[in-house]
Amino acid sequence: MANILAVVEQRDGALRRISGEVVTAAKQIADATGGEVHAVVVGAAGGASGADGLGRFGAARVVQVEGEGLDRYVAEAYAAAVADLAREGKYYAVLFGASAQGRDLAPRVAARLDVPLAGDATGLAVEAGELLVTRPVYAGRAFAQLTIKAEPRLVSVRPNTFRPREAAAAGTVETRQAAAGADAARTRVREVRAATGGRLDVGEAPIVVAGGRGMKGPENWQALEDLVDALGPTAALGASRAVVDAGWRPHGEQVGQTGKTVSPQLYFAVGISGAMQHLAGMRSAKTIVAINKDPDAPIFKVADYGVVGDAAEVLPRLAEEIRSIAR
Amino acid sequence: MKIVVCIKRVPDTEARIRISGDGRSIDPAGVKFVISPYDEFALETALRMKEAAGSGEVIALTVGEANSAEQLRSALAMGADRAVLLKGEPTLDGLVTARALAAELKAYGADLILLGMKAVDFDQQQVAPMLAELLDLPCVTIAAQVEMEGGVAVCHRETEGDTEVVETALPAVISITKGAYEPRYPSLKGIMAAKKKPLEEKAAQLGESRIELRTMTAPPERPAGRIVGQGADAVPELIRALREEAKVL
Repeated sequence: MANILAVVEQRDGALRRISGEVVTAAKQIADATGGEVHAVVVGAAGGASGADGLGRFGAARVVQVEGEGLDRYVAEAYAAAVADLAREGKYYAVLFGASAQGRDLAPRVAARLDVPLAGDATGLAVEAGELLVTRPVYAGRAFAQLTIKAEPRLVSVRPNTFRPREAAAAGTVETRQAAAGADAARTRVREVRAATGGRLDVGEAPIVVAGGRGMKGPENWQALEDLVDALGPTAALGASRAVVDAGWRPHGEQVGQTGKTVSPQLYFAVGISGAMQHLAGMRSAKTIVAINKDPDAPIFKVADYGVVGDAAEVLPRLAEEIRSIAR
Repeated sequence: MKIVVCIKRVPDTEARIRISGDGRSIDPAGVKFVISPYDEFALETALRMKEAAGSGEVIALTVGEANSAEQLRSALAMGADRAVLLKGEPTLDGLVTARALAAELKAYGADLILLGMKAVDFDQQQVAPMLAELLDLPCVTIAAQVEMEGGVAVCHRETEGDTEVVETALPAVISITKGAYEPRYPSLKGIMAAKKKPLEEKAAQLGESRIELRTMTAPPERPAGRIVGQGADAVPELIRALREEAKVL
């Protein structure tokens, strides 16, 4: 038995997009070990919509763990539920998404199971029974290839790296009660403020539009927001360290070594010169577009496509053309 | 108020990273080492909380080799009252580090244990929640701001797209991100005072790492791109390339 447990996520009762990626990564390992993929989602009573669709990506079994007040992430209750299931199933590996939730949850489960955790994997392979994990270190300025000498092997996978792949399996859904509810938590959420106005976070968005000093001032961000809107709901705003340090944008948007390291399908660097720590945070994007007035800016060395010009002129035209494609 | 801040010695974020001849580590030659930036935010948070409380103690703690004493001295210069170096080599296995910290912290009776949300070398982002589990303490991760309010710590926590305002009873473990406060520069007086502050060294209780590092490699080079044009006139060609060549639109 070399089954894999995929820990997937819901929010407001609907599965999050990272879920398909985690199940796909788990399926890739299961194909090599000859095991099955089991998925677990913790949530409130009634389960998560979309959980029955995880079979499409290769989940043979889907376990919904339900409990009072567990619609939102409650660290202790979630960790207990996942650790219990992991113990029971004697899994070869347990996979998480390296999302905000996964980065909080996976280390707790690791401590409970007394096994190490390899976070933020960008590559997985099985060789002679060993799971080889590739992950960025030094914010992407180097890559480490490692193996885990324990079972289950706990790994979190970087968002946007394992594209969901169809691999039909039974996907039988079963429901069980969580041992602990939200009331057991020792922390209490007083209030939730939406920072991005319902847009995706820069760390998980497939398309990122990031602005830097070349935008000249926070008042010019509307042009970037217009481009994000034109690109649709899979796009998010990002920012360079310089503009976050200057107080133009919140740290939640920062891309780079002291911000988020991102791997979107498409990254627009607008008015960003390309400091080492910024390049480290975005160089694994599939396609990079740079818009900058300075033809010698280092960002052009990593960009697939460059436009030399003033963002104030280029952005409106770009948004306009993209809107016309969408129509 | 007794606050412990766990810090780590890491290469400066602007340092050029080269892989060593052994293919499993980085070449430290010419690399400047600093306190991991998020740990500086944690230290700044601790110092402000002590100042707000009017009394207390801030202890800087690290697991590292002998040269990590430099970063502990920097922490003392910023304003920490004393420092403890648990000597040993940190590995990719964060659970081993968390266990060494937990073993040391058991006897401290700290009200708060603060850590940077991640160290910017291995970027594992895992020691804080592991430490909380091992010490059986509540834990808030990725807090941009922490303030005491009627005996509980109120944290502004950055999650995907949201800010959560979370409260936790003490003692607690809190991991800190960049937020409200800019870390202070050590004053000359602070640097002089740091030389006289206690810095205790002892062996870390490090278990064996169960993460085996096989190789470390440079990131794959990106193939050279091209300039599609100048100004707004370049937009149609850019769109064409994104649709037909890159197929991302």
